[in-house]
Order: sequence, then structure tokens, then C-alpha cells
Amino acid sequence: MAVVVGLAEGIAELVRDGNTVAMEGFTHLIPVAAGHEIIRQGRRDLTLVRMTPDIVYDQMIGAGCARKLVFSWGGNPGVGSLHRLRDAVEHEWPGPLEVDEHSHAGMANRYVAGASGLPFAVLRGYSGTDLVEHTASLATVTCPFTAEVLTAVPALNPDVTVIHAQQADRAGNVQLWGITGVQKEAVLAARRCLVTVEELVSTLDPRPGAIVLPSWVLTAVAVVPRGAHPSYAHGYYDRDNEYYRQWDAISRDRETFTAWLDEHVLSKAPA
Amino acid sequence: MTYSADEMMTVAAARALVGRRSCFVGIGLPSTAANLARRLHAPDLVLVYESGTIGARPSRLPLSIGDGELAETADSVVSVPEVFNYWLQPGRIDVGFLGAAQLDRFGNINTTVIGSDYRRPDVRLPGAGGAPEIAASCKEVIVIVRQTRRTFVERVDFVTSVGYGDGRGHRERLRLRGRGPVMVITDLGVFRPDQQTCELTLTEVHPGVRVAAVREATGWDLAVAPSVAVSPPPTDEELTTLRALESA
Repeated sequence: MAVVVGLAEGIAELVRDGNTVAMEGFTHLIPVAAGHEIIRQGRRDLTLVRMTPDIVYDQMIGAGCARKLVFSWGGNPGVGSLHRLRDAVEHEWPGPLEVDEHSHAGMANRYVAGASGLPFAVLRGYSGTDLVEHTASLATVTCPFTAEVLTAVPALNPDVTVIHAQQADRAGNVQLWGITGVQKEAVLAARRCLVTVEELVSTLDPRPGAIVLPSWVLTAVAVVPRGAHPSYAHGYYDRDNEYYRQWDAISRDRETFTAWLDEHVLSKAPA
Repeated sequence: MTYSADEMMTVAAARALVGRRSCFVGIGLPSTAANLARRLHAPDLVLVYESGTIGARPSRLPLSIGDGELAETADSVVSVPEVFNYWLQPGRIDVGFLGAAQLDRFGNINTTVIGSDYRRPDVRLPGAGGAPEIAASCKEVIVIVRQTRRTFVERVDFVTSVGYGDGRGHRERLRLRGRGPVMVITDLGVFRPDQQTCELTLTEVHPGVRVAAVREATGWDLAVAPSVAVSPPPTDEELTTLRALESA
């Protein structure tokens, strides 16, 4: 059963140096506050997994938390580059960053395999692309029924998955709705799971199309209002598009970024 | 009304969606054009975004592929594994609409790295996203890209998404199910694959653009159709609708 914890306590208990950490949320419900807490606690040598690294991984990479990035699209959506990610790959600042690069379809299927307890997933994908040459975690598999050659990708089983959701009840059951991306798969693929939520409610009212994650598949739940900002929480607050635009200038320069990190993350108290 | 080269490009791309039922939309220029098409040229066009929003009808342009309005206005919101496995992979979607950082004469697309060393690139681009499978599995692909010698290159530094590979027959050898890029629309004109060689061939220029200028903005010896048409300029209605969309 999931225990209800404070964010700092949850990160301290669940996320350890050297872990493989997945923080999912496809544009919506990105667990940004949890990412900031990981930065504050000074985690190092993480393998960060996320389909779309987004601003939160740009910040964690710039802060020196990551040794490796497993991803499929590393941009600032609608704006341009993730400059801290680029600086790490292009100039090894603040340190070298190994990449394991996939397509969205490949990443989604890697989580599906992980959640399904299978060693790999099969898809039609990557054929003819240069990812085949550069991404070690790609192979082909022959269909035993039709002899067709298909693409295989290995399961992702993070040490810990962190997601953000709208609501939890006091027993630690969680409900999320709107664009729910790959969160169910990322949670069920992980060894441990922390969910930050907008609010704790006495009963979860079932919503059509929502995902309910029962308490017994989760490790910990922390109440963090606005914990997805500058992404959004459907029904609570909108995406802060202006923040995404402003991040471009903040992140472009190492000194501006470092000053931003000091002021907005390191010197802040945990949520 | 006067108009910019970008507006001409977006209008031409929107017109290309006439008669299509469904479109898998990338963010940026493709999303602008697809939303313009849904307002004017193809009102019943089903927009599919990789965030899992199927049949989205946003009233303003989303900044990201997962903006809340896409979910609120969609016929159906499905998970990311589902949108790729059940909706894209079997070839249900008519058109894939993609952008590019680099594009070559066979319509292969690079959105991964600029430079010859993948591990230490000159420029690290965002990467693949949904594009490789969109390019492989949609029935047809339309590419929209601003054209310069930096984007229209002899060889892409990295093949992120396959067009016609190294030419005719390559897609079949790779067992890709979709037909590949049927149009490349730029701010200078429109290119279509040659039926014999699959090489991109200039078939249309936008009003006021000379063929020589298109050659100049192409990093290879450009094939030009025997008769090059001139795109009809944007109508007042197209421009007004596009500008309202972009300022909303």
C-alpha cells in the first residue's frame, strides 16, 4: 500500500544515486516539483528516462544529476532547443551525457514490455533509419508464425517512476485524467513509484476516461499543489506557455542558468 | 492582400489536405497548416496528435502537441502506446504531416544531429519523436519546411525518418507500408517525387519565385518538371483565417 509522505521524504526514500529514474507525463502532468526536489537533494549519476525530456530534465541535466538520458524527443515544445541538454551532448557540460535514443513508438513499447513483464516489445519501426546503427538497444526479431522480420526493443524497468496526478484518496489510490500519455505503463514497469498529486480527497469520484492506479501498486504519494507547473494539470491550471518561452533565454547561457537554479530551486524550501 | 513567403507555404500545405480524412500532425508548421485546412479546405479532417488526442478541434494553435485544449476538443483521448500501436502502425491514417531540419533529394528527413559525429555533434537537434513511424506507416506523407541550402542538402547528416531511402524500390525493400512523401512544400515552391526515380522534382513555384532561385536554395542538382506551374496566391479568406488562427 502506498504511504502518504512529504515530497522531500518521498524523494529521499525512493530516489538514490545511480538509479534509473523515469519521470513521465506527456506535456501534461509533468512531475516538475519532484524533479526540483531531486536537484535539491543533490542526486548524481542518474539514468534519466523520459520520452520528451522537456524543461524539467533540461534543469536536472544542467544541475548535474544525470549520467545518461534515455529519450525520444528532446526539445522545448513549440519553442526550440533544450539548451542544457544540448550543452551536455555537444560540450559535456556540466559533464558527459550518454544517450540511448529511440522514437516515441519505440519508447512507448519499451514501457509496455516493462509493464507486461516481458523482456522486449515488437513493433514496425526504425527500418532504414540511422538509429539502427547508433542505438545499441535495438534489434530485429523474426515472427515465428509468418517469418516477417520486425523491430525489437528491450523492456524499460526503472528503479523508480515518478508521475504527477490530479487526485489521491487517503488510502493512496490515485486518479489522473486528460492526456495520460504513458504514465500507467511507466508506473507498472517500475520497481518503486512515487506519485505527486494536486490534492488529497476523501473519495475518488470515478471519471470517464480516467486512469485509476490502486494504492497497492504504488510506493508513496505526496501532495504537491501545482507540482506540474509549468506544464499543466487538467481541471486545475493551464500550461504556462510563457514560462516555456522564457526558458529559452534562461537556459541558453550557463551563468544565467546557474543563477536561475540557485534562486528558483536550490534556495527554495521543499514543497 | 499582401502576404509573406511563410504564409504562402502554409496555405499551400493546407490546400494539400483537401479530400483527406485523417492527418497525423507534427507540431509547428504542420500543425498550423492542418488547423488552417480544417477551417477552410477540409472541414471534416480528423487531426491526430501523438499525445493521443484523436479528432482534436482546437480553437487556437497549440504550442505543444499535448495542450489541454486538444484533449478537451478531441473525439477520443487514448494513451501514447495506443496512438502509435493501434492507430498509426496498422496504416489507418491517410497523411503524415512532418517538418524537417534537413531534407535530401529522396525526401529523407533529419531531425537528430547536424555534423558527422553522432556522439559529438555540431548541433544536437530534438530527435525522432513520432516521425520515423509516421513517415513509415501513414498512407502518404507531406513535408513542410523552409528552404535554404542548409535545409535542402545533398545528403542528410542523419536519417531520422525515411523518405525514399536511396531511391526507387528502397521503401519496398525496407517493407515500409506507406507510400512515402508525395509532396514537399516550402516557402519557394512544391516538389513531388519523380514517378520513375522517386527523386524530388520541382513541380510548382510560388508567385514571384523564379526557378533559378529555387535551384540556388537547393544543395543538389535539382530536377525540374518540364512544365512548372505557379501556385495560386493565397486568397483573402485564406490569409484572414490563417492570421486569426495565429493571433488567437
